[in-house]
Amino acid sequence: MAEISLNAGHDPEAAAATRQYFWNRFLIYAVLTLFAAIYLAPLLVVVFNSLREQSEIARNGLISLPRSFRLDAWAEAWGTYCVSGTCEGMKRNFFNSLWMAIPATVISTLLGAMNGYVLSKWRFKGSEILFNLMLLGVFMPGQISLMPWAFLLGKLGLTNSTYGLVLIHVVQGISFTTLFCRNFYVSIPDDLIKAARIDGAGFWRIFRKIILPLSPPILIVTVIWQFTGIWNEYLFGVVFTSGQQQPITAALVALTAGGTTARAYDVMSAAVLIGALPPLLIYLFGGKYFVRGLTQGALK
Amino acid sequence: MSTLTIRNLHKSYGGLEILAGINLEAQTGEFVALVGPSGCGKSTLLAMIAGLETVTSGEIWIGDRLVNSVQPKDRDIAMVFQSYALYPTMTVRENITFGMESRGVPKAAQEEAVKRVAALLQIEQLLKRKPGQLSGGQRQRVAMGRALVRDPKLFLFDEPLSNLDAKLRVDMRTEIKKLHHRVGKTTVYVTHDQVEAMTLASRIAVMNQGSVQQFDTPKRIYDRPTNMFVAGFMGSPAMNFVPARLTGSTSISVRAADGSGATLTLAAPLPAGAPKDVVLGVRPEHIYRFTTDLKARKPAVESMQAPVELVEPTGAETLAVLRLGDLEITGRFEPDEAPVMGETITLGIDMSRACLFDPTTKALL
Repeated sequence: MAEISLNAGHDPEAAAATRQYFWNRFLIYAVLTLFAAIYLAPLLVVVFNSLREQSEIARNGLISLPRSFRLDAWAEAWGTYCVSGTCEGMKRNFFNSLWMAIPATVISTLLGAMNGYVLSKWRFKGSEILFNLMLLGVFMPGQISLMPWAFLLGKLGLTNSTYGLVLIHVVQGISFTTLFCRNFYVSIPDDLIKAARIDGAGFWRIFRKIILPLSPPILIVTVIWQFTGIWNEYLFGVVFTSGQQQPITAALVALTAGGTTARAYDVMSAAVLIGALPPLLIYLFGGKYFVRGLTQGALK
Repeated sequence: MSTLTIRNLHKSYGGLEILAGINLEAQTGEFVALVGPSGCGKSTLLAMIAGLETVTSGEIWIGDRLVNSVQPKDRDIAMVFQSYALYPTMTVRENITFGMESRGVPKAAQEEAVKRVAALLQIEQLLKRKPGQLSGGQRQRVAMGRALVRDPKLFLFDEPLSNLDAKLRVDMRTEIKKLHHRVGKTTVYVTHDQVEAMTLASRIAVMNQGSVQQFDTPKRIYDRPTNMFVAGFMGSPAMNFVPARLTGSTSISVRAADGSGATLTLAAPLPAGAPKDVVLGVRPEHIYRFTTDLKARKPAVESMQAPVELVEPTGAETLAVLRLGDLEITGRFEPDEAPVMGETITLGIDMSRACLFDPTTKALL
């Protein structure tokens, strides 16, 4: 009986291919690592500076490895640092941002889901035109609407208030949330709606019992998108609010422009990080759902 | 008493006419199949009966109620979709109870109804699962369960078996037939599969290009198709159409393979005013190998010669492609009297089962 040997001995072609593969991989990862380092460097500098002592920063310059380690700058930036006379740190502005971003995100997402539901499942004469008009909002830069908003907030008595910013972000965000939800709902088969109608369910019951339970993938996308967008938004915050009412993005500018004493780079770094933390956390924990929700249809 | 009556129903989208004057009715307990090629309007018609499409003009009556502008949920109907349309986030039980829940049926009654339907369809063990965890056949059952639980006046099926594989389709077909016998509900069943229509329906409406070509029992549709479209659509392999010429009041001549004319005597004289040129329609199973014995058993059999071009044995029967003039026709033979390739066979054509059509109007003579 013939023995079949699985170990066919040395195959020079296979060995060359393996070597080739190894070097290819090595090169790819080397380049990726380099670029990752370039992109991460500024963040790293800020993180280091938030942990270094101000005196050390002054001595060794902004870009340098930390020789000291302390969290005082974080505490100061959060609660006690003085900006134009008030010594409350960023705390209040942080909560301003939270009370602006959370309601604006929830409301604009819900409205977007309802719009998407109507525009995909209850089409009417002109609904496509309406959808296309709403899409215009996606491409409209924020500064175009500064004047109208100033007028409207003035009329409503919502200037220099978080409510005003909530209103702005809800309205400005509806285009995006509607686009996301409508495109997601289009992939839900119409037969489901027809079956539900025969089953006696109406507009709202179909929305609550059939559409919403299918929606988590896209709702996660819109929530992440809206929350990070609204949190990081700066223009409306700086134009329509001031001082105690400002969201953290606008307040950070006030911090740097304070100019009373020598610049406290440690506190500034910590403040910037505090301002960046919520979107960063959302990215860390929700990033994979974001990609999944965007690429996956309603039904697997 | 009729459960469904449709009178002169029209549907158009803009200038495009989808349905052109449909008249149809279903007696209580009847199983009506709407069959036709894709695009013939059968699914639109069903959607209009369900109330999912608006009526352009005409009337739809369910029982003694004109339902043209009645909401789907108030029409006392239930529908099974081709895609099953099971609610993906709900369990089988929730799928079945969703309709009752919407209507505010008390919990105890819901429980009772689920039990009854689950037992009827043998899906008790599936009640806790989600549709995604079911096989095609199981989904089909659940979809039927969701319809059955309503106990509606009218059942609507929209190509319910199209998504199943061939074997399962035959099984489910049998089940649907059994189920219909057991519950006896009036049913309208849309299909493009003429075999499904033939096997299930008590009456078939054959549709083409937005109108009903013939509405009759399966037997009448098969034996006496009202025109060449119905004749060609129903039956597989399809009916053979052979151009022929009247040579007397009861005889026609068709062209044989060698160009000579073969005279066939008709079983019954044609009505007065029939055109000189006609189309002879013969189903493959009405073509035999001619013997004197056959002639004795079936006196209407007429004989002619035809070369055999191709033979396709399927086991139960053997299909043979035969040459007639410049046409090819198909004959269906018992395997033990099947012709062999290259043979010139003497055919026996059962003229009592043959149909004659007017070649210009395509209508049955």
